[in-house]
Amino acid sequence: MSFINYASREINCKIVYYGPGLCGKTTNLQFVYQKTAPEAKGKMISLATETERTLFFDFLPLALGEIRGFKTRFHLYTVPGQVFYDASRKLILKGVDGVVFVADSQEERLDANIESMENLKVNLEEQGYELEKIPFVIQYNKRDLPNVTSLAELRTLLNPDGVPEYEACATTGEGVFETLKEVAKQILIDLKKGSR
Amino acid sequence: MFGPQSSSFVMYDEEFKRINVVIEKLLREANAKVIFLVDKNGQLIAATGATEHLDTTSLASLTAGNIAATGGLAKLIGEKEFSILFHEGEKDNLHISIVASRVILVVIFDQRSSLGLVRLRVKKASDELGTIFADLAKKTEEEAKGGFAQSPFAEITDDDIDNLFK
Repeated sequence: MSFINYASREINCKIVYYGPGLCGKTTNLQFVYQKTAPEAKGKMISLATETERTLFFDFLPLALGEIRGFKTRFHLYTVPGQVFYDASRKLILKGVDGVVFVADSQEERLDANIESMENLKVNLEEQGYELEKIPFVIQYNKRDLPNVTSLAELRTLLNPDGVPEYEACATTGEGVFETLKEVAKQILIDLKKGSR
Repeated sequence: MFGPQSSSFVMYDEEFKRINVVIEKLLREANAKVIFLVDKNGQLIAATGATEHLDTTSLASLTAGNIAATGGLAKLIGEKEFSILFHEGEKDNLHISIVASRVILVVIFDQRSSLGLVRLRVKKASDELGTIFADLAKKTEEEAKGGFAQSPFAEITDDDIDNLFK
């Protein structure tokens, strides 16, 4: 749920990066962090294990600029992707304004993608959201690897509704900003409609 | 903050000023260093005191994460929530409490104050804040019912949105 503050003339929105373990959610945020001007970003926080696996969430605040005299800020969160961290994932989805699903394109992760997508739907419903009604973007990550599932197959399995989708390689940054822009845009359009 | 189905959480000038009066008073009366208010989704609502060297955005997000995780623990053992959390440090301490089930009040204090004093003053301030947030909820609801396009974003154009990403 976005937070419109008339007193400080700010608008804050929350974007959550979802997806199976090791699909590249944290890498997406790290790339955004590296490529954003210092004045436009806050500190990136990663609550991770000693082996760099996300334990609770990563957090990155971004200030995009002004719209009609209102500063727009986006708070980017990732969830821990590993299956057994489901309780934490539910908590992070609270108050979400837009979701990015990061899919791991590698063949052996196909089932994990499908499971994670189902999990996203269930967890959103628990919070009273419907995935079809909130700003949503899918990113097919790791397209640079040799053993990837074809785009057509990924699309059929993960994106039957045809939401905006991007191919990406988060380590080099390809597709990362395109994905972020699209979900941010959808959130702002939603605000314009006043539906949320 | 007012349920997942409601529209955006909106803060108006009037309530913002009232909130600041309450937390500034609390800062003085509790001898605290910093006080801030966060919504349960991690958005900073207001802050007062020695905030200039603090990363308030990160503090807000982690506080909300902390409250969410503790709330999850509470549910697992059959509690509704834990309404107060206290973290003791070598110099500074954190007192975190939930106000009117809606927002999180954080007080940072050192040896110039005490847990007892902070608890006492927080209790009083929580009641006052609760009233303000109830008023705010009512106001937001009435504005929404009015059905007029009050949102400052009602008139934004695609160009406005595109300009953000240049």
